[in-house]
Amino acid sequence: MLSMQVPSQVEYERATSVEHALSLLTRPETRILAGGHSLIPMMKLRLAQPEVLVDINGLTELAYIRLDDGQLRIGALARHADLLDSAVAGQLYPILHDAERVVADPIVRLWGTVGGSLCQADPSEDLSAVFAATRAIAVIRGLGGNRMIPVREFHLGPYETVIGPGELLAEVRIPVQPGTGSAYEKVSRRVGDWSIAAAGAVLRLDQNQKIASAGIGLTAVGAEHFVAAQAEDFLLGRAADEESFAAAGAIAAEGCHPVVDQRGPEDYKRHLVAELTTRALRRAALRVTLEA
Amino acid sequence: MTADGHSPAPGGFGRMPRKEDQRFIRGKGMFVDDVRLPGMLYGAVLRSPHPHARVLSIDTIAAEGHPKVKAVITGETLAGLNLAWMPTLFADTQAVLATDKVRFQGQEVAFVVAEDSYSARDALELIDVEYEPLPVVVDALRALDPGAPVIRDDRPGRTDNHIFDWETGDAAATEAVFRDAEVTVAQDMLYPRVHPAPLETCGIVADFDQVTGKLTVWETTQAPHAHRTLYAMVAGLPEHKIRVISPDIGGGFGNKVPIYPGYVCAIVASMTTGKPVKWMEDRSENLMSTSFARDFHMHGELAATRDGKIRAVRVKVLADHGAFNGAAQPSKYPAGFFGVFTGSYDLEAAYCQVTGVYTNKAPGGVAYSCSFRITEAVYLVERMVDVLAFELGIDPAELRLRNLLRPEQFPYTCQTGWVYDSGDYPRTLRLAMDIAGYEKLRKEQEALRAEGRLMGIGLSFFTEAVGAGPRKHMDILGFGMADGAELRIHPTGTAVLRISVQTQGQGHETTFAQIVAEELGISPDNVEVVHGDTDQTPFGLGTYGSRSTPVSGAATAVVARKVRERARIVASAMLEVDPADLEWERGRWFVRGDPDQGKTIAEIALAAHSSLELPEGTEGQLDAACVYNPPNLTYPCGAYICVVDVDPGTGKVSVRRFIAVDDCGVRINPMIVEGQVHGGLADGIGMALMEVIAFDADGNCLGGSFMDYLLPTSLECPSWELGETVTPSPHHPFGAKGVGESATVGSPPAVVNAVIDALRPYGVRHADMPLTPAQVWRAIQGRPLRTDLAIG
Amino acid sequence: MTIRVAVTVNGTDYARDVEPRLLLIHFLRDELGLTGSHWGCDTSNCGSCVVWLDAKPVKSCTLLAAMAHGHVLRTVEGLEQGGQLDPVQQGFIECHGLQCGFCTPGMLMTARWLLDHYPDPDEAQIREAISGQVCRCTGYENIVRSIRWAAEHSRADGAAEGEA
Repeated sequence: MLSMQVPSQVEYERATSVEHALSLLTRPETRILAGGHSLIPMMKLRLAQPEVLVDINGLTELAYIRLDDGQLRIGALARHADLLDSAVAGQLYPILHDAERVVADPIVRLWGTVGGSLCQADPSEDLSAVFAATRAIAVIRGLGGNRMIPVREFHLGPYETVIGPGELLAEVRIPVQPGTGSAYEKVSRRVGDWSIAAAGAVLRLDQNQKIASAGIGLTAVGAEHFVAAQAEDFLLGRAADEESFAAAGAIAAEGCHPVVDQRGPEDYKRHLVAELTTRALRRAALRVTLEA
Repeated sequence: MTADGHSPAPGGFGRMPRKEDQRFIRGKGMFVDDVRLPGMLYGAVLRSPHPHARVLSIDTIAAEGHPKVKAVITGETLAGLNLAWMPTLFADTQAVLATDKVRFQGQEVAFVVAEDSYSARDALELIDVEYEPLPVVVDALRALDPGAPVIRDDRPGRTDNHIFDWETGDAAATEAVFRDAEVTVAQDMLYPRVHPAPLETCGIVADFDQVTGKLTVWETTQAPHAHRTLYAMVAGLPEHKIRVISPDIGGGFGNKVPIYPGYVCAIVASMTTGKPVKWMEDRSENLMSTSFARDFHMHGELAATRDGKIRAVRVKVLADHGAFNGAAQPSKYPAGFFGVFTGSYDLEAAYCQVTGVYTNKAPGGVAYSCSFRITEAVYLVERMVDVLAFELGIDPAELRLRNLLRPEQFPYTCQTGWVYDSGDYPRTLRLAMDIAGYEKLRKEQEALRAEGRLMGIGLSFFTEAVGAGPRKHMDILGFGMADGAELRIHPTGTAVLRISVQTQGQGHETTFAQIVAEELGISPDNVEVVHGDTDQTPFGLGTYGSRSTPVSGAATAVVARKVRERARIVASAMLEVDPADLEWERGRWFVRGDPDQGKTIAEIALAAHSSLELPEGTEGQLDAACVYNPPNLTYPCGAYICVVDVDPGTGKVSVRRFIAVDDCGVRINPMIVEGQVHGGLADGIGMALMEVIAFDADGNCLGGSFMDYLLPTSLECPSWELGETVTPSPHHPFGAKGVGESATVGSPPAVVNAVIDALRPYGVRHADMPLTPAQVWRAIQGRPLRTDLAIG
Repeated sequence: MTIRVAVTVNGTDYARDVEPRLLLIHFLRDELGLTGSHWGCDTSNCGSCVVWLDAKPVKSCTLLAAMAHGHVLRTVEGLEQGGQLDPVQQGFIECHGLQCGFCTPGMLMTARWLLDHYPDPDEAQIREAISGQVCRCTGYENIVRSIRWAAEHSRADGAAEGEA
């Protein structure tokens, strides 16, 4: 906590195109500067000391939210506020709105970007769990072209992603399927604080109202790839009822690895995972019913 | 309009917009960091990462070699000037820059002076300090264990971490009541370490003029005169050559009372470089090293009848003071005014004992609108009353009504010797209950409980003791707590008032002008209030403890009345009558029985400066000065009711409503009073639900940023519902009592009582603040957390 | 090593050569002398630094000055137009929306932006809009009332001015 509160010296480049940005990013110790609301605080603490910053805010071609060919496509430079304001995103995946409503605060949301949050790879990042729950795909662009990585494989660990030198995250895309409902439940000590724990659920039901697919994303509790995989498997084929949801919650709670910190002790965090998973599933199911 | 058709002169008490707003809404305030002087340099403090360690060596060569660095000061440099240590405000010493050891994480170790603030911070990384870590004392409950590491080995003969023992009340009489009582209840409770966290951090611009030998400082200080005198005494500078200016201050709340090492270093730096030096701390420095508040481990006991008549209160307190005793309070009161733990109730006996200890944490203790530990006292007694209500199964409002002091008992001398001046407590509580719709709330609670939903209603009734204080009882470092006021009326009838106190947002430029307006009938827009500059104002010990209105406000009324009496003499000369034949209505003296024969204060002012012949022995002009030594403290009170909803699945608390009825005597400006209350109520939500500075077992401070030290936002606060009763203070010149800290004092127990009330179906009797979701859930499980240490 | 940062602030053009690491709040305060915006925390929580960049509020402690190059800024000093206070400024005076004044510039800028987009916000919307900013003095009550006052008086007087 004893830090300098102003960044150390750094060089600054303004990208004029995506290609220009990519070529700059081949240099070592070079980082993308988008909204800056994850990176600059780290630089003020001198926990991040890049040598070069590449400002990509001018690359407006990376800021979009649209439905395309059965996929919800979110450009990496879309701001949190844009996602919260997007009617198409909210209709298809209410989990996105549930989460964006409780990410940071209204002013930070005007500047922080979806891509920046994912790439910061904070273990408490809400969007990581949300995109994991929706089984989104990360589109990574390099000078040689694009590669698609499931968000469930995007994070290597805290503050570490699969993005390599000369690459940037260009887009996140979520497949859209009928009969889907989704929701996000978060508890924090105060508005704007990181989650103590949070759970996102995406459910698709078949004609018999049984669970055809389930996505459960967990935030801030050390779930591998932000996913409650065993809970998801458990739900397949089961009825979308309270009993299933409660059981899934219990399994999710067992399968995560919450760290004890000032947000809470382990028993509380596990309890919260169970409780919030159940609530998210319940609301996701309700939203399927409503949509049908 | 008076009976004889004259309109009373304008101004006076009542709602009016603030005069000072004009500059702030334009962004034209002058805060310390806005001060720029030619050639100004910037300071930065190197701080210890270790909570307890020997300082083996400090290598500043690389830092001194930085091209933008002008000087590096260490404890060794200061020791040569006898300034490595300085006195605290309470009979202890504090290191300015560490010499032998560091004693808390964040303690000041070196001071860099550079051409710009970024370079100064860069240079901190170039200083190489070799430390030898020592075992730490973090748990106050272990500080007096045999063999505990001794923190203050700088004090000769010190072999433990004990600071003081203090007691008040009658131990024997209290024990007798407890032995005899039908019911006794006991409860341990912690008032955790919290921090005033004003939005503007602390800082200084020090400018020593080597030619004139004058030192001018712009400082974030609530006590400019006290600072000036202390700088003179400690640094050996002639006091008339020191000017301390407290410009616009972005919130004080007690955080800006002490002298901090950064101030001393900046002054030394200016004297050695011959240039102005600015030092502004950042937020982590503010939270980790400046005056914290509270940290009282309390064991409370109540003795009562089965019918709920409270007979005695007994408390044992362990006070965690951090590494230096920097608690800023009157010298005879090592535990401040905790003695009013007797609360608002008619008791047969009371006794408390307080032990103060050192730990490896930042110094402080008296801050954050505590009225000198009355926050702790009120929390203790109001929680104990609810614990008693819990045990006896009596409604907490009913229990309070059975025990509140009655109006005919005032002035009331409580069991620890404090003389409460006035109050109609049952009326105040009943008003709060009416506004809240108390009966209806209890019915709703019953219905919700039947559905398994948790709603809580919490009360707090507090008696405050503010306006320190009478010279014979109170001093800080030997300085009496009287305040001065000087009033000058110009020939054209406008006025300048110079006062000892200064505002950090309380609106003195308006309210003090209103006092003059009330007494003299000069419009508040025509009264300039000068404050905060030691060259321009009379001596006083500063603004804190809600003392401005009770003491400086009184001084202002007294000096205005002196002016009014001088004006009478001048008017009598103008009207050629005997002064005894004149009567006053606000703004003019007129001849009794002949009201058209009168002179306005403006006419009198002009005449006073003219060649008009005045009676023998009367001086011209209309200026006056006074020093006001208050005869007693004043005792505002209040009744607060908080309504919460608790989600048992998550432990999340939502504050639905908060009703606050305050009685601060006569109100100068109700709009400003309400604003003061609003702010303090938010503090209560903060402390009750989210604010804490905890430490881990290694002594690391866990509350060093606003990501960790959480402040309530607009979404955690409800829309406050306010009411008032007015019982004037009988000894104050216009019956006012002060209100600045009342809401911060009264609100935390109301919120905590509400949450505990919500958890009644689970049999929860108590859980310590902050009642975070984790703490609430744990309380429901019967295993609440200890909140001053890291969650483990 | 420095870079050139050229901006328009409150209608006036400025250009300075600064270190790339210079935070926007310090650029405004120390380079341009616009000390109305304040620095109150280290973690982008307090909001006393809020200004407008391209007509959107931003916590200027969390941007580099370099990011503002070529853009249009507005600070509290630019709220007053032609000697006339903005309705939000007047509202804060009428309703006692400030005490120490330190959070006030940031609150005013957010209020102005809110009313530009939602001219008739209810209490919940106002509280949500300012929820990323801290006030230690007012308990938020009168800030909310001040913004409501401005909303009501803007409609009476006509729409508020656009950006500088």
